[in-house]
Amino acid sequence: MRYAMAVDTRKCVGCSDCVVACQTENNVPSGFCRDWVVEVTDGTYPQLEMEIRSERCNHCINSPCVRCCPTGASHFDAGGIVLVDHNKCIGCGACIASCPYDARYPHPDGYVDKCTFCSHRLKKGLDPACADVCPTKCIYFGDLDDPNSPVSVILRQRKSKTLIPEAGTRPQLYFLI
Amino acid sequence: MTNRRTFIKISIAGAGAITLGAGTIKAMDWISKPGNGESVKVDLKRTPTYCEVCFWKCAGWVYKTSEGRIWKIIGNDDDQHCSGRLCPRGTGGVGMYYDNDRLKTPMLRVEERGKQVFRAVTWDEAIKYISDKMKDISSKYGPSSMALFTHGSGSSYLTTLFKAFGSENIAEPSYAQCRGPRDEAFFATFGEEVYSPEITDIRDTKCLVLIGSHIGENMHNGQVQEMSDAIDKGATIITVDPRFSTAAGKSKFWLPIKPATDMALLLAWMHELIYNNLYDKKYIDKYATGFDQLKEHVKDFTPEWAYGITTIKPDIIRRTAKEMANAAPAVIVHPGRHVTWYGDDTQRIRAVAILNALLGSWGRRGGFYRPAKLSVPGFALPAFPKPARTWQDAFPGKFPIASSPVSNALIDASIPENNPGYQIRGWVVNGTNLITTIPNQANTLKAIQNLELLVAIDTMPMEITGWADVILPECTYLERYDALRITPHRKPGIALRMPSTAMLYDNKSGYSITRLLAVSLGLKDYFPFEKQEELLDWQLKKVKSSLEEMQRIGVKNYEREADDLYYTDDENVSFPTDSGKIELYSKYFEDAGFDPLPKYTAFEEPMEGFYRLIYGRAPMHTFSRTSNNPNLTDLMHENSVWINPKVAKEWGLVSDQYIWLKNQDGIVSDFPIKVRITERIRWDSVYMVHGFGHKQKLMERCFGKGASDTQLITKVLVDPIMGGTGMRSNFVTFITEKSKQEAAL
Amino acid sequence: MKEELIVSGRMNSMIDPHLNIWHWEIPLYLFLGGMAAGILAIAALYFIRGREKDYRTAVRLTPFLAPILLVFGLLALFIDLRHKLFFWQLYVNIKLQSPMSWGAWVLMVITPVSFIWCALHIKDIFPKWDWKYNWLINVESFFNRYKKVLAWVMLIYAIILGIYTGILLSAFNARPLWNTSILGPLFLTSGLSAGAATTLLLSKNKDERKQFARIDLVLIGIELFFIIHMFMGFLASTQVQIEAAHLFLGGPYTVSFWIFVVILGMLIPALLEFMELGKYHIPSILPATMVIFGSLMLRFIIVYAGQFSRWLY
Repeated sequence: MRYAMAVDTRKCVGCSDCVVACQTENNVPSGFCRDWVVEVTDGTYPQLEMEIRSERCNHCINSPCVRCCPTGASHFDAGGIVLVDHNKCIGCGACIASCPYDARYPHPDGYVDKCTFCSHRLKKGLDPACADVCPTKCIYFGDLDDPNSPVSVILRQRKSKTLIPEAGTRPQLYFLI
Repeated sequence: MTNRRTFIKISIAGAGAITLGAGTIKAMDWISKPGNGESVKVDLKRTPTYCEVCFWKCAGWVYKTSEGRIWKIIGNDDDQHCSGRLCPRGTGGVGMYYDNDRLKTPMLRVEERGKQVFRAVTWDEAIKYISDKMKDISSKYGPSSMALFTHGSGSSYLTTLFKAFGSENIAEPSYAQCRGPRDEAFFATFGEEVYSPEITDIRDTKCLVLIGSHIGENMHNGQVQEMSDAIDKGATIITVDPRFSTAAGKSKFWLPIKPATDMALLLAWMHELIYNNLYDKKYIDKYATGFDQLKEHVKDFTPEWAYGITTIKPDIIRRTAKEMANAAPAVIVHPGRHVTWYGDDTQRIRAVAILNALLGSWGRRGGFYRPAKLSVPGFALPAFPKPARTWQDAFPGKFPIASSPVSNALIDASIPENNPGYQIRGWVVNGTNLITTIPNQANTLKAIQNLELLVAIDTMPMEITGWADVILPECTYLERYDALRITPHRKPGIALRMPSTAMLYDNKSGYSITRLLAVSLGLKDYFPFEKQEELLDWQLKKVKSSLEEMQRIGVKNYEREADDLYYTDDENVSFPTDSGKIELYSKYFEDAGFDPLPKYTAFEEPMEGFYRLIYGRAPMHTFSRTSNNPNLTDLMHENSVWINPKVAKEWGLVSDQYIWLKNQDGIVSDFPIKVRITERIRWDSVYMVHGFGHKQKLMERCFGKGASDTQLITKVLVDPIMGGTGMRSNFVTFITEKSKQEAAL
Repeated sequence: MKEELIVSGRMNSMIDPHLNIWHWEIPLYLFLGGMAAGILAIAALYFIRGREKDYRTAVRLTPFLAPILLVFGLLALFIDLRHKLFFWQLYVNIKLQSPMSWGAWVLMVITPVSFIWCALHIKDIFPKWDWKYNWLINVESFFNRYKKVLAWVMLIYAIILGIYTGILLSAFNARPLWNTSILGPLFLTSGLSAGAATTLLLSKNKDERKQFARIDLVLIGIELFFIIHMFMGFLASTQVQIEAAHLFLGGPYTVSFWIFVVILGMLIPALLEFMELGKYHIPSILPATMVIFGSLMLRFIIVYAGQFSRWLY
């Protein structure tokens, strides 16, 4: 089982609903966010093009954050999701420094926090909160090992990219272009 | 109050004794205890509501933790407005409840030691003060001297109250400051308005044409969802906008039009469709009148002519006309929503309506569908007294086409120097921050100075409350029942709002407030139910439902009975116009003394060193309503002014620098605004999001953040047809920190 | 123009606008650990080579600083932790792929070893020292007997301590400035240099001072070679590493790096030590403190500049 997420940049309007929904679902403290929206504009007026992306932890296969954690608090869970065990985390910050996507943040309670693909929802057969709320339905999620899951289907139909593939982390967050 | 009003910055000290409800919320503790979503015990019981953060009113479910704190709000899957997905503001509605800067107690303006302050009072005191004053105004000047400015769920009760009181001066600023021109334009053409939510069949369209509309940044939930569906189905989007909006970023054609010239483009499109026989001849022959006059009228409006005015190349105009025609009838030339731009707006939207008629999209799949609204009986009330005077008696002959009272006319009628037919002496302002809603702030403030009574009903201490005599703090939508949501849509449907949690402060619901006022004014008979839920149950039983059922399901959709969603081929549609047909040539306008067919008017252009001020929305905010919402200020806590890189270079500006804006009348923004240097804006314009630059210190998250565009909109181009206030003819220049210091020397 | 920005208002504390998760605690520890490693490695090395009598300060006296430096270093590390109550998790887990885990365990070994080494020479400072308890006296004689083994253990762990901090940083490929394998050897050499400088400072023996001036000169030479090599590597590498190198070649850290680390920390002390070896009399306090200062600044600048370097936006 390999969980993955695909975001359709053609449909994403940058409304940031994914950010608020994640915040309420996961009680993310005020001033912090587990996911965010990036807007890229290129060109000179009026020859312009724009890409909008909803980003979060990529739950990489070759994840540097799991590798560098001295206590094993950062670990792989079912389906390849990268999680942080709060009771093992010492708050050293190595994982934060090791992430090329700057996806992690120091939680005020001391441990390190980040997107969990809403693992507590996955256990109940629900989608992550961001995918569930997105008004443009541009976030697809599922098991890559299941050829009929929404994410497998859409990745077959559309061209996609990942961010900083050259960093060698093998991210599992795809952007449909 | 005969003394000149001062703006009272509500401070915690001035608010007197603040009574707190069952849960005291500390400043930083606005959200449930942090931790894993896993570790928070949730209360699986959910309560239905419909959102009040914007007018779309999506139905949803409120979930709480086992400790009774609101955990999250998600959409109701059965709701046609949102299909189970709320927008960021609806999801962030939690923050509205927990915002500890909320109004917590009724307040009364009193004078203490020569200074005007607010004193916390009981509800009884506040209500009595208001009803005494209203009776006083009524006896001295007549009940029509009371005006109501309202927006949101409370409107229906206050409307009943005012009509019972004897005044029909009930203005929704969303009419003359926003959608009014388009409703009148479509009304004149098709005999029907475009409604809220708009009856655009975007999810099945093949071509969506947006004239300035910025769907995606304007987060009208259903519209954004359907636009996404349309993109998935391969629909073409054509965006006409001087700014590279989000929608432009997803468009096949983006027409970077010169501001204020849209009319020329629309007329050229009409020319193209007619003279190349691209229009829906069968549809026009069957359903429309005035085609020959229209054809003659657009004879000279060629794409070449339009090019000279709009800077859009002729072949693009031709190609986009073809694109629309190919998609017809599954094409939408979107009527927009906020269309009060230059004062000729009713005519501009008339052009949009005519285009839609030529393409045959009205009443067709992928165009505009026929809405169905459930007929829910209201409880029989005594007849309303006939008002001695209507709003039109204040300025006879003005705005003859307006089908709704014009807010700015009522404001002008409050100023004696304007010599109105009669003067408005008292305002009740419900759920709308008039200070930032109505352009030409100086005029609004002048009107306020002449009032004998100003009541503000609000959840937050917005600017209007600082000018009020009485502030009535309503609870948020999460704490109350409200009228059933009965809106037109593809199927008739209703939604229930019920309280999900106890009231945090000494608040009351809109219904309770209005009923208390009614009782105090001797109008109890118009509000026979003391408890709103009893009225709701009575109504629901009339439509084969019940309060109990609605509490369980939240939304109920019914089958269409009267007619089909779209016109069928052999249907003989009768339009609710004078002629019974679609009126391309509007005799209705002609008889009132206005152009029966739209014409192009040239408007003022910015002077040297000045740039046209264009404003718009951000998807994470609903202007003042969410300015202080902690969930949403986390996303965006200030606006920025978009400046083209060429212009920035001329001025030596750098990104993230703060500057002040000064308009053509010398008004300087109170607060500096952050510079965003971006290619997305034209060199003759600047852009900013509306709803920032707040002046109330008690709102700690939004005070002083960003700049207010309303403050800079001092020149208002009033639409003579229906009173709409055109706001896009204001120009600004920049004042940097350096030039401010130099000026001070 | 290409415009890339976050539109959802992200401003995570210590992450945005650029990473600043590690503050003074980490570079201070890196310096203290590196210097202690240098001191202990030199002491062990000369003991093993039987030069204890020639270099009494280096082998017997300077190491007294090591436990103090290590304890303060550990304290700095502890202060840096954000979830302090769980620090013991470091010592019930070994993660072979995590240099930080190595570091935790290495410190676990070298700190007591440094205390023992000092305990063996305590009578150099306190001649009247009395162990009192019999078992302590037995322990002392045990270690005295196996002093060579102890020295080997100390040497190996000191070198690991000196080099692992550089390896730790270089394992973060997310921070292009750190992602160079030169960093490990550079930190080790810098630590040895600081250790040698300490002996230069403390020694009363003219020959010992001369020898350590020579050693320090060679170490500085190696450091300069590593630094040049590091820049050559960056500038011939990928875009992100070229940008990282430019932090020191015109970017915000240019002045502080070249002046504090290279000129004041390496070139001038090297010149002074060279003159010392000639006929000039330079008070050794000057080059010694400058070398130690340079070693400290190297850590600070590398840690801060490294957090500034990035892949994105």
